[in-house]
Amino acid sequence: MNMKTIIDTEGLGKRYGNTWALRECTLAIPAGHVAALVGPNGAGKTTLLNLAVGLAEPSAGRVTVLGGHPAGSPAALDGIAFVAQDTPLYKNLSVAEMLHLTRNLNRFFDQRQAKARLAELGIPLKRKAGKLSGGQQAQLALTLALARRPRLLVLDEPVAMLDPIARHDFMATVLTATAEDGVSVLLSSHVLAELERVADYLILMLRGRVRIFGEVDDLLATHRVLTGPAAEADRYTERPVVHVSRAEAQAHLLVRATADDPVPPGWEAHPIGLEELALGYLREPIAASTSASVPGPARGRHAEPSEVAR
Amino acid sequence: MTALTLQARPEQDAALRPLPWRRMAWVTWRQHRMTLAGVVVVLGGLAVYLWRTGLGIHQAWNFIVTCRPVNSSTCGYAAGMFNTRYVPTQVTAGLLLTLAPALLGAFVGAPVLAREMENGTFRYAWTQGFGRWRWTLGKLVPLAVVVAAAAGALSVLSWWFFAPFFAENFGTPLAPALFDLRGVVYAAWTLVAIAIGGLAGMLIRRVVPAMAATLAAYLGLAVLPGLWLRQYYLPAVHTTSNNLPGFAWILNQWYTKGGKFAFAGVQKSGTNAAIEQHWCPNAPPSETLGQCLSQHGYTQWTSYQPVTRFWPFQWIEASWLVVLSALLIAATIWLVRRRAA
Repeated sequence: MNMKTIIDTEGLGKRYGNTWALRECTLAIPAGHVAALVGPNGAGKTTLLNLAVGLAEPSAGRVTVLGGHPAGSPAALDGIAFVAQDTPLYKNLSVAEMLHLTRNLNRFFDQRQAKARLAELGIPLKRKAGKLSGGQQAQLALTLALARRPRLLVLDEPVAMLDPIARHDFMATVLTATAEDGVSVLLSSHVLAELERVADYLILMLRGRVRIFGEVDDLLATHRVLTGPAAEADRYTERPVVHVSRAEAQAHLLVRATADDPVPPGWEAHPIGLEELALGYLREPIAASTSASVPGPARGRHAEPSEVAR
Repeated sequence: MTALTLQARPEQDAALRPLPWRRMAWVTWRQHRMTLAGVVVVLGGLAVYLWRTGLGIHQAWNFIVTCRPVNSSTCGYAAGMFNTRYVPTQVTAGLLLTLAPALLGAFVGAPVLAREMENGTFRYAWTQGFGRWRWTLGKLVPLAVVVAAAAGALSVLSWWFFAPFFAENFGTPLAPALFDLRGVVYAAWTLVAIAIGGLAGMLIRRVVPAMAATLAAYLGLAVLPGLWLRQYYLPAVHTTSNNLPGFAWILNQWYTKGGKFAFAGVQKSGTNAAIEQHWCPNAPPSETLGQCLSQHGYTQWTSYQPVTRFWPFQWIEASWLVVLSALLIAATIWLVRRRAA
């Protein structure tokens, strides 16, 4: 299994009618991460995921998955498990029947693992899928996906509809699976707070375009917040400025700089958090630069699994 | 969460062999067994209706056939009663049998894809390892074939039901409203109805509108061949004879004089009365208009399809319907492969 990347796109675009839901998307997401696709509603996250799992056809460019397989090809379908937004299930089927259905439709299905997970979650096998709570439906969909033992798990807004406890439990299951099975995860969300704990790779999208992507550690190491007098904010040109926010006399600049870059006199440099970084990029871009990607060095996820899991 | 011992996942082959079709059998059965139960109820109910009323019809018919002396008032009365009483029954049965394939198409065919699109479950179904075009084929084809076979079984019963009406000189079995209720074409029409439903579901993506569209499209299509197509399956026979073979399907009549077309025939012409008034005002009642006109140098022509062509026509129609069904299913699969999300 020589899979270096889970998704490769090149000039990928998708148009619905006259509107481009996604355009000029060129990405290479390395395997072995929990990659988070973040952006406001309508940013093109679902479109990108639909293209990756083969539900949609590109209008421009190309997309391959699992190290070179065309999206939607038999090998791609076999290796990718997808949990769509609102976790669609057949509501009139029982949990046991959903297991049997999924088993029939896939080359591999770990029935024992699935049943054990459901027992642990307290989801009765005889109950109709439609009678489960929202959290239980999401857990069932996730269990079905994981029992296929995919190499890539794709989750579209998995926790958007869940209450905080269900949200926590769901992400815990995802993280356990990544630790145990070594499955790569690509998930989309507009809930930033949830991701800080789980994601070690970030793709930020805005208005159908990818704003920035890279490993979380690298992104955090290459961005700083500079705080200084608001009057001087416009004169800062040493490093590229991503976003400026002003509060009375003070200005906060989100800049692409490392800890080694010099700080102008009268300014203070702070490290940045993931949420702050994401918000900076997702607010109105001050420069039209879309090539702000930070391709970091490939890092095996097993190097620091605890950091991801805890 | 406690660690679970995991089964080892087999490594992937370089060339993945598709999952076997039999995997879809359970899926299709489980997801459509209620629909199939509904089919059994509807077709079963129709069968019971045909059987119960058919028994009465056959009993009455046997009485007429065995009634002696034939010219007695009892026999004449029985024959008259048969027409009064059972011809409306036959019309009702014909109507129900005509509607059945349309309903099957709407209730069995249309929801197959429309429900998946409406509920969003296609996102689940089409991202499983089985593959989406094979999933579609594995659902539509067995459903269409099973339901068409059930309709075929019903058409055997309708053959028996209609037998007395055709034995009496009731009409030609080739007549537009009756031809497709019996024989192999009934099953073939049901097949088309379900294929139309499948395509409508994929095009419209909502269950109820797709069902309505299926009903409309099927009924529209079902009317056309009887009116404009079936008569051309084989070249019509043209004759100047007044004695047509029994049960012939008369298509047209016209008159010629001196080898040239004179006027359209009795059947199609609104000027019938005028012609009669002009040429045969005093013809005795025993003489037909054709016989009267022939005395004035006119030749009556009739084009018709002999009833011996019933089975050739059945196979011709069934063949193109099967081809049409295959094309509709192919179009559905083409759409499934192209426009999912």
